[in-house]
Order: sequence, then C-alpha cells, then structure tokens
Amino acid sequence: MNIRYEETQGRSLGFYALIAGLGVLILAALGAVYYMEHHGHYVTGMSNRIVWGMPHVFALFLIVAASGALNVASIASVFQKKLYKPLSRLSGLVALALLAGGLMVLVLDLGRPDRLIVAMTEYNFKSIFAWNIILYNGFFVIVAVYLWMMFERRMNRFTSKAGLAAFSWRLILTTGTGSIFGFLVARQAYDAVIMAPMFIIMSFAFGLAFFILILMASYKWTERPLGDAVVNRLGSLLGVFVAAVMYFVAVKHLGNLYLAENAGVENFILFDGGIYTQLFWYGQIILGGLIPMALIYHPALRGNRSALGLASLLILIGGVIQLYIIIVGGQAYPMELFPGKEILEGYGGIAAYTPSLPEIMLGVGGIAVALIAVTLLVKFLPFLPESLADEVADPHHKS
Amino acid sequence: MSKTLNRRDFIKTSSATTVGVATIASGITLTSFAANANENPVTNEKRWGMLVDTNKLTEVEIDGMVSACQQENGWGSEVHSTGDQKPTWVKKLKVKDKATGKITSLPLMCQHCEEPPCVDVCPTNASMKREDGIVLVDRHLCIGCRYCMMACPYDARSFVHEELTDQREHMPRGKGTVESCTLCVHKVDNGGTPACVASVNSDAVIFGDLYDPKSNINQTLKKVQSAQIRADLDLNTGVRYSGI
Repeated sequence: MNIRYEETQGRSLGFYALIAGLGVLILAALGAVYYMEHHGHYVTGMSNRIVWGMPHVFALFLIVAASGALNVASIASVFQKKLYKPLSRLSGLVALALLAGGLMVLVLDLGRPDRLIVAMTEYNFKSIFAWNIILYNGFFVIVAVYLWMMFERRMNRFTSKAGLAAFSWRLILTTGTGSIFGFLVARQAYDAVIMAPMFIIMSFAFGLAFFILILMASYKWTERPLGDAVVNRLGSLLGVFVAAVMYFVAVKHLGNLYLAENAGVENFILFDGGIYTQLFWYGQIILGGLIPMALIYHPALRGNRSALGLASLLILIGGVIQLYIIIVGGQAYPMELFPGKEILEGYGGIAAYTPSLPEIMLGVGGIAVALIAVTLLVKFLPFLPESLADEVADPHHKS
Repeated sequence: MSKTLNRRDFIKTSSATTVGVATIASGITLTSFAANANENPVTNEKRWGMLVDTNKLTEVEIDGMVSACQQENGWGSEVHSTGDQKPTWVKKLKVKDKATGKITSLPLMCQHCEEPPCVDVCPTNASMKREDGIVLVDRHLCIGCRYCMMACPYDARSFVHEELTDQREHMPRGKGTVESCTLCVHKVDNGGTPACVASVNSDAVIFGDLYDPKSNINQTLKKVQSAQIRADLDLNTGVRYSGI
C-alpha cells in the first residue's frame, strides 16, 4: 500500500503552546549564555579540575542520540525492512534536529564562541575534535541529501545508496565522539578503546528513545492513526538496545577492575564515589536500564504505550546520568601523577562540582532547539505519513 | 604671525618627515625583532629544559618560584575565580612515598613535552610546540574548548574564568582562553632565564639547552639520577626532576 505523507496542520492551541513553551526554554538558554559569557566561566560550577560540566553532558548526550535517531531510516534503506520505511523521513529529521541542539550547546559553552570561524578554518588533523567538526558538518550534508532522495520521487532510487552512506558516516561519527574520551591517556576513567563502540550502542538506545517519544507524541497530538505493528516493533528493538548498553557498561567496568592501575577510579564510580556511585546504581543502572527493560518486556505491559513512553523517557534520563558520570565523574577523580606515591598537598582529592543553573538552562535549551526544529519542520514539510495504521504500515498485515 | 607654505617648502618638510618616520619605524621594527625571530631563528637544534633537584630545593624556595612566576606573568590576582577556578601556572606539590614515607616537595608546571598531548588534541592548532621545545598557547587561535586541559597529564593548564585587568605587556592573557607556563619565553628569547629559575639562589633549579653538551643542564643530567613525571607515558618532558 502506498504511503501518503502530509504536513501537520499546526494551528491548534496545543501547537502554539508547545512552540511557546520551547521558545521560552530557548530564550532562557540564550540568556544563560549571555550571562556566562559576559562574566566568564567563574559564574558556573566548572573549574580547572572539572573543565567540562553540565553543558558538555547535554551536548554529548544530544550528539550521541542524534546519530542513533538515524537508525530507523538505516534499517529501512540499508537493511530493507519495509516496516521502517514510512518512518525514514522523520528519522532523518530527528537526527538533524538533535545534532543541531547538541552542537549549539557545545559551541555556546566554548570560552570564545565568537571564534567559531577559527574552528571552521584552522584544522589540526591529529585532533579528534577537529575530525569531529568535519564529521558533524558532513552529517548535516549527508543526511540532508538522504532526505532529499526520500522526498523527491525522481531520486527515490538513490535512497538506499544515500542511506548506506549516511549509515556509514554515522558509525564513524559516533566512533569519533566516543574517541574524544578514548584517547585521553592521562585519565584513568577514559583511556579505553571500548569507549567508541560503547558510545555507538548508547546512541542506538538514546536515539531510538527520542524517536519513539516524538513519534508517539506527534501521532497522538495530530490524531493520526499509529498502529501496534510499528510501535511494538520499535519497543522491542529499544529493549534490545538497552540490554546491549548494559552489557557494554558491564564489560567496561569489569575489564577496568582487572587492571590494578584502574582499581581506584573503578572503586570510586562503583562503590565509594558518593554522588557518582549513587547516580551510577540508582540512576544509570536501575532507572535508566532495569526499569525500562521491565516496562518493555513485562508480559502484563506488552503493547502498553504509556509504559513504552515512560521507558523511553527513563532511558533518556538514564542517558544524561550516564554521560554525567562519564564526563564529570571521570574528571572528578584525580589523575595519577605519581604512581606509587601519595600526594599530600597541591593536587589530588575528588574535585568538587555543583552544576550551576545557567549551565543546566543551556543544556535544556539544546533539547528545546531540537524539539522546536522537529515541531516546525513537520508543519512545513511532509515528514509524517498521514497514517501508520497496521493495514498501511505493516507489510505482513492480514485483514 | 602668518606664513604661507609654498610648494617647495611643503615637499621638503613632508619628505623629511617621511624619511624620519621611516627611519624610526624601521629602527623600532629592528629592535623589537632583533633579539629573536630575525637574527636568532628558533630551531630544533636547541631544546630548552629545566632540572629541579628536589633534595636541594626548599619549600620556601618553591613558594618563591610560584610568586616569581605570578609577578613576572601577572596571574594570581583574579578576583572572582574561586578555588580550582584560579589560574595556576606553577604550584607546589608535596608527595609521600607509600613504602618509605619519604616526603618530597616539588614545583609542578607545564613539563614542555616533546610529544605534548595538549598539542595533539587541540582542534585549532592553538596549542603548539616551538622548534626549541617550548609548549605554548596561541591566544588568538584558542577557542576555549579546554580539550587540552582534559589531555594534559600534569594538570598544568588553566582556563581564564573571568575578565582580566592589569596585564603584563609581554604576557597578554584573555578571558575564555587556556594558558600555562611559557618557560618565560619572552625572557628566554632575549637570552634570559625563566623567572622561577632566577628566583632560586642555588643550583637547585637549572635551566638551559638540553642538547648543548657544554650546558650546565646537559652535563648535570649526565651525572645525576633524574626522572620525568609519568615517564611511562613516553612524552619525553623538558622538565626533569632529581630526588623523586
């Protein structure tokens, strides 16, 4: 059956309320940026020990989620799964929107955001960061072309090739993001090659959770039919991804525990790190892992959309917490300057960090930018199929 | 009194002025560059380094090194930054050997690595290493991403968290950029020694060209046991320590 795509009406009170709400969050973020840049970073909780704080947590969370949100389209055009095909346009859009939000946060937290042009023109090709700038810009171009192939009927035959290019690009991109940490030899918490594949699998989970929430919300609010075939399939996939993230987390920590030099930082995160330990077990593992899996796989909740929505939301919250532990926790634990010696004075100890309100506002603003971009673009371009009812979307539907 | 300026006079005066200005200007240019780039280009035939003998160096002297650096480079009087936000180009560290209990104090600053991780990770080439081994931050290229601070194994770099006033003319700094020990490059290029080294009245801290077989630092390093901090990272630091 042919899929018909249609713009959303975007005239309801709810639509304007949503735009207004997100607009307020974005304005608050811009105000926070002005405040932080005007005074300097001393007004934040960041310091010379915790050089990357809350803005980086949100920025990397959104960037990781962005590459994952494209998976739905990849499954359709690279792996030829018909059920996912009608979802491809939205998948590309969510990916671009999340990346834009993440990059905004990243750039606005620079010490000199006014020098963005320097970052675009001066490249050190030994730097993973410089590579990431190229990878992020390339992602915009490739996904935009990919969307064009999907939108333009004459170009449809190139969709799978563009999809393959986008899929490969996104794998490299997330590898690059993970490698920001993987290559920091001096820091016990990071120096591990597993960071890159772990970031990829995290992106699968976070990106799909965003996608499911946006899909269910937009179909509910526009009163378009959304069948169980699509939702349940996405839900099961999400469960698999969450399990995979937990597997990688387990391997990373167990592997690290084996090395004496990493015992300190592992003990810190897993057992005696105070807030970081609590965030790890209660936030990342239970709230962001075990509960969502129970919500997805418990037989009594099978097909329950509220449960799936809640699971997706918890996965996102768990994801932010996971990045907080990686980024802030990893910096809070001191570097090993003198192996075999104890530092009595001058350096060491757990670095203190209390996120300031402007930092959080900037991070939340990034999410708002992503959501407002999706909300507006689905109004102006036909991203969403008018129906995803089972008889339309499910290739194996029996009526 | 009025005087009409005729054409000949005008040409005469103005050309004299032009020649004069040109002479002075070229003089200024010559003096400001003479000492470094033009006549003594920075080459990799030299490698500046420092040797700190922790057995000889007293705690008071280390404190003196820190204040000498602050005085010379103008950091440390930031008003808003608190705790870990304050810039620290050099700091006093006290370490205790876990087995013997021996306590050692030492100054820790940028180690001017031959393979500096900060330079590798910098996206814009703002972190750079000169041919003679001095690791610097180009304040015009630094975008304040702080990736170099994540990468530095020595906690040697600081981010400027606030607007600065009363800066030293020879050491411009800037809010939102990263900075660290420059090995007093402005003095070294004019034949001087870093301020911290000059503040110590003994040979507990030696500065010089590591490659020059006639230099004190080269000869001392051949005689005494010395170590690099985190030598396992294989960064081949320019700052060496003996007695740790």
